[in-house]
Amino acid sequence: MNRTHSALLSFMGIAALGGCGSALGAANEVVIGDIDDLSGNYADVQGQGGIEAIKMAIADFGGTVLGRKIVLLTADHQNKPDVGASKAREWADQNGLNMLIGGSNTGVSIAMAKVAGAKKVPFFAVGAGGSSLTNEDCTPYTIHYSYDTTSLANGTASTIVKAGGKTWYYITADYAFGTQLQNAASKVVEASGGKNLGAVRAPLGASDFSSFLLQAQGSGAQVLGLANAGEDFSNSLKAANEFGLTKSMKPAALLAFINNIHSLGLKSAQGLYLTTSFYWDLNDETRAFSKRFFEKMKAEPTMDHAGVYSATLTYLKAVKAAGTTDPEKVMAELHRAKINDMFAKGGYVRADGVMVHDMYVMQVKSPQESKYPWDYYKLVKQMKGEEAFGPITGLCPSARR
Amino acid sequence: MNGTRIFYVLAALFALCVPLFGIYPIFMMKLLCFAMFACAFNLLLGFSGMLSFGHAAFFGSAAYATGWLMTAHGCGPIAGVAAGVGVSAALGLVVGALAIRRQGIYLAMVTLALAQVVYFVCLEAPFTGGENGLQDVPRGALAGLLPLKSDLVMYYAVLAAFVAVYLLIRRIVHSPFGQVLKAIRDNENRAVSLGYDIDRYKLLAFVLSAAIAGLAGSLKALVLGFVTLSDVTQANSGEVILMTLVGGSGTFFGPVIGAALVVTLQEYLSDLVGGWVTVIIGAVFVVCVLAFRRGIVGELAARTFRR
Repeated sequence: MNRTHSALLSFMGIAALGGCGSALGAANEVVIGDIDDLSGNYADVQGQGGIEAIKMAIADFGGTVLGRKIVLLTADHQNKPDVGASKAREWADQNGLNMLIGGSNTGVSIAMAKVAGAKKVPFFAVGAGGSSLTNEDCTPYTIHYSYDTTSLANGTASTIVKAGGKTWYYITADYAFGTQLQNAASKVVEASGGKNLGAVRAPLGASDFSSFLLQAQGSGAQVLGLANAGEDFSNSLKAANEFGLTKSMKPAALLAFINNIHSLGLKSAQGLYLTTSFYWDLNDETRAFSKRFFEKMKAEPTMDHAGVYSATLTYLKAVKAAGTTDPEKVMAELHRAKINDMFAKGGYVRADGVMVHDMYVMQVKSPQESKYPWDYYKLVKQMKGEEAFGPITGLCPSARR
Repeated sequence: MNGTRIFYVLAALFALCVPLFGIYPIFMMKLLCFAMFACAFNLLLGFSGMLSFGHAAFFGSAAYATGWLMTAHGCGPIAGVAAGVGVSAALGLVVGALAIRRQGIYLAMVTLALAQVVYFVCLEAPFTGGENGLQDVPRGALAGLLPLKSDLVMYYAVLAAFVAVYLLIRRIVHSPFGQVLKAIRDNENRAVSLGYDIDRYKLLAFVLSAAIAGLAGSLKALVLGFVTLSDVTQANSGEVILMTLVGGSGTFFGPVIGAALVVTLQEYLSDLVGGWVTVIIGAVFVVCVLAFRRGIVGELAARTFRR
């Protein structure tokens, strides 16, 4: 009888030991956490490359700030809001988290932003697009860094409507990001004199786009707006090519990354308009960063890789300038200082948390135009930050005061 | 019986002293919520012999009800949790009334199908936030006095709820009603021939199990401050079956051990091995089914009994 219960007790003991997680972050450390999709649909857009870029930024900064060692924690949110939010909370409670970087997936980022806001941890949304992060879901601690759905739509949709693509039909990723991207694009299309004929929502990570493409074809629209990202984007565009849909409709990438274009190949992707905040071949500074990144990851950096590098440096610079990791003071410094590095020139953080910087409308080159490996984009237009990100909407309470 | 008593005293001491050991309180609260969920499931499977494949529907619908009432309507925690339990009990009544007309695998399939319906409602309904779920669920203050914002206070509140539920389940099983349930589980025809209206007993067991599962879901929503689709997915229904079977179905403490094992594995392996955690838990389940079919606690109890 006793043996039974001692066995049970030892079992509980094991469970308890499992519960004793890592100790609280030491006071001589600055803890940066990165929670991203490391295994799913968006893993190639940022993922491991993003972790590498953060490490590069920490190394470039010297590995310490204010004499404290900079520590990086990483986790895979598996595209589940509950996983991301619980991890963020755990780090804030247990590991003394000082800065949180949210990777791809708007749904997860919204959940993490809420936790970071409650725990007063500066939160940099880098890979997530949804502009609600700085509107109805904003907190005083969120900074939306690389791009958002507003700037993407302002770039791509207006360019295409001006080029004659007047009627649009959308294939939309069925969650926060997709709907926000579609809504933003629809508004821009209408404002520029075009017409929206309809939309179909496809689940995140769908493998078969045929029925959605047939619906799009049936609409008779001129432009096929792809309000999705990552592998969803590649798969839907590939399928559209295979169906011959691209002969009757012009595909528009509302969000495409350079690695998507690389995997699609220029033959399928040529002529595509897209908007990006970073291209590796823009100038000497971007080429220098990209060369170092390429050595590590064997691929040119996406705008998220560059963004996450810049975000880490920006945070560390703000800590140094503020002389403390106190979240209020660091946020004040972040809102005050201009951001000048290889990613952004004269960028600044607006009251609602948007990091305003120039965006580039690009067109994918044809195979003949491409002269060397990864020579994929030609610049159509450089948009000023104010034009790209638009005015403050007033939906964010902390920006209204 | 002395050994059992010592065990419970030690378990209670351990539970009370958890904050002293430096164990992360949120983790312990999550564990207790899932333990409560598994106990609710065990009431149905272990003591009434009905296998439900859709228990996440009760857990999740209560979580959504609580989360929605507290964020959108500013309800207090007691009202929110009570409403959650009410919703899951009502849902249990509907699902149960349909499901108990069949037995075995057909009953399981009916619950599975209805749980999928609930999942799609949660995905598409305007107030659930779709793929994003509900965020920023406030914890509020207990009876307007005791603020639950502190993890420590919340932990003891959850612990108290868990102990109450645990005692309630013991009471139910030991009551004449529980004895009839066991009789139905062991031989349904005989229970009928003895003159019991077995449908009523089964339905009440179903509603009780759903209500307790709902309480677990509502508390989880309060603890973590968000409700997402993970709470209502099929995977969650599968996990609770796993917890109950690994720990020992038909024993009182088995589901608690099973929940502790599964939640701990998920929490601490997911950092180390990522997606492989599903495979590892699956392997644990296979080993359990092959080597100790009664579950951990069931097997220990059986050995003691034999000796």
